[in-house]
Amino acid sequence: MASSPIDLSLALVTEAPDAADWLVVLPVALCIATGALMTMLRGRPSLQGWLAVLALGVLVMLNIGLVFHIGASGPVTMMVGRWLPPFGIAFTADMTGALFSLSASVVAFACALHSLGDISETGRRHGFYPFLLLLMAGVSGAFLTGDIFNLYVWFEVLLISSFGLLVIGSEHRQIDGAVKYGFLNLVATTLFLIATGYLYGIFGTLNMADIARKAGTLPDSAPLMTLVALYLFAFAMKAAAFPVNFWLPASYHTPRIVVSALFAGLLTKVGVYALLRIGVMLFPTEREALSTVIAVVAGFTMITGALGALAQADMRRLLGYLVVSGIGAMLAGLALGGADAVSGAIVYGVHSMLVMSALYLAIGLAGRAAGTFSIGGAGGLWQRELTLSALTLVLFFSVSGLPPFSGFWPKLMLVKAALAQGAGWLAAALLVSGFLTTIAVGRLFLIAYWRPAPLASSAGAERDPSSGGRKRGSAASLLPVFALMLASIGIGLYPEPLIAAATTAAEGLVSPLAYVQSVFGTEATP
Amino acid sequence: MNSVILRTVAPALVSLMVLFSIFVLLRGHNEPGGGFIGGLIAVAALSIYGIAFGVGAVRRALYFHPIVIAGSGLLLATVSGLVSAFFGVPFMTGLWVTPVILGTEIPLATVMSFDVGVYLVVVGAIGAVALSLEEEEDET
Repeated sequence: MASSPIDLSLALVTEAPDAADWLVVLPVALCIATGALMTMLRGRPSLQGWLAVLALGVLVMLNIGLVFHIGASGPVTMMVGRWLPPFGIAFTADMTGALFSLSASVVAFACALHSLGDISETGRRHGFYPFLLLLMAGVSGAFLTGDIFNLYVWFEVLLISSFGLLVIGSEHRQIDGAVKYGFLNLVATTLFLIATGYLYGIFGTLNMADIARKAGTLPDSAPLMTLVALYLFAFAMKAAAFPVNFWLPASYHTPRIVVSALFAGLLTKVGVYALLRIGVMLFPTEREALSTVIAVVAGFTMITGALGALAQADMRRLLGYLVVSGIGAMLAGLALGGADAVSGAIVYGVHSMLVMSALYLAIGLAGRAAGTFSIGGAGGLWQRELTLSALTLVLFFSVSGLPPFSGFWPKLMLVKAALAQGAGWLAAALLVSGFLTTIAVGRLFLIAYWRPAPLASSAGAERDPSSGGRKRGSAASLLPVFALMLASIGIGLYPEPLIAAATTAAEGLVSPLAYVQSVFGTEATP
Repeated sequence: MNSVILRTVAPALVSLMVLFSIFVLLRGHNEPGGGFIGGLIAVAALSIYGIAFGVGAVRRALYFHPIVIAGSGLLLATVSGLVSAFFGVPFMTGLWVTPVILGTEIPLATVMSFDVGVYLVVVGAIGAVALSLEEEEDET
């Protein structure tokens, strides 16, 4: 090959990548390789379980390394297959992608640990761990890719894995939930693909850095508004924004609780990430024009989510509505734009991933201890499961946005940003939804935890078969909830590093010069 | 399907098709073909074998479960991409060796092992689907 008369430097990356640059690709490669290995080990779920915990532990380490690397030297790019941008597929991670990727891997690690605790159940369902790893490959890929078509591919990867996870067990109501989830997500993915084809027609490039630097130079006749509206609609569907959010409460309570926890932590946040990437970094002008629409959507998502949570009789469905309400808060950051609001949305994303997953796991344990997921049917958990109840109470405070827990800071940042931009009603919506959430979780705690247990006859009638017969959560399944709760308290008490990182991330999204330069070299201008 | 003609022709046809699928796989490096289309041809061969002799015969002939084959292909493809880490070039860069075996230069590349991985993924995944669909039909 060396004797080739063609000047390869015109087509290929000539300098060798730093060892640290591999951190962009390794999270994805690790997940795919381990997932593949696990499909080969089918039928040996206990081995798969430990392998998953090991691989996800390494994944957390890789992501921590990536965050520090980006913190020290800015966005990192690796051109897959050595082809030069914009033709080669770029993996580009900036602080936003790395922070989301790190939180996602922490959630996945916690869920894998938790699943070891109910190995008797997973033992028969050996598809769980391969699907988990391939889901993480899709999620990491979506957060770390620098190519918009590649983003679509990772969405497909995580969507297919999530279908698999959703129907593990093949119960009737699971299939019902999966059909709703699958149909809505397929529509959203198709819109995403159509929009991407449209984008390629307009720009002639799929590289996000290239799009970012060309977006301002197009003639006014370019139909960018249509394009952005299509993208926003597709991703809002994925992120479960009002009014296209009905699939989430209809499906999230059907799978096994650890799967619900994974979905609550990961899937909708990938949609939010894509919204931030498209809205803030690629098409800021169009987002500005649509900001009122997005703000109204955000307000409705927050309020309807919290009101929905207030009306539920099933603990898991209640959590589904809380996920929706949190999405609204992140959309408020998107609607406001500007570095301070976007950094609030990013911190909220990190908080929401950790706390919502922990809440699902905690409610799963509570439901198992009470023998039912119906709020009215449970009771007396405070006396029987003191540790679990205390943990859950902390998580409830955190999700309501009370200090000193992690939910407080992002709400504060968002409210401040809203007031600074004169959007008082959006700030009010944020506060009202926080208030309604407090009432909803307070009601849940009061009835299901604090109230003495109802008479055995009335509880027995509502016993849910999927909550299992075990009476006490083992220490192994309690540990991840505890760790996530500690993370929430840690962020609440010492938020400076996260807020600083999120501010860097948001500034990188608002003015993506460093992102573009990491792909095209230091001479490039946006 | 209980047909003498099919059962007589099937072994010859299936071996030819598998051979052709490998030819298409290797040809795909510089000409039309490749792992995906090669894998599909191989699955078509497996399906014919299954129609003639039943799903059990295909499973025995494959020895490994189709999903295991798919997993090994995915692993092979990922590892092919990671080889470039040891040569100072980015992920998934094609790397070549040309050993001389019996006086002939044989160019081998990570691109090829990646494509073999794709072939295995297609054979395993589509094969698993085809076999379980055919099994359902046998039951009814």
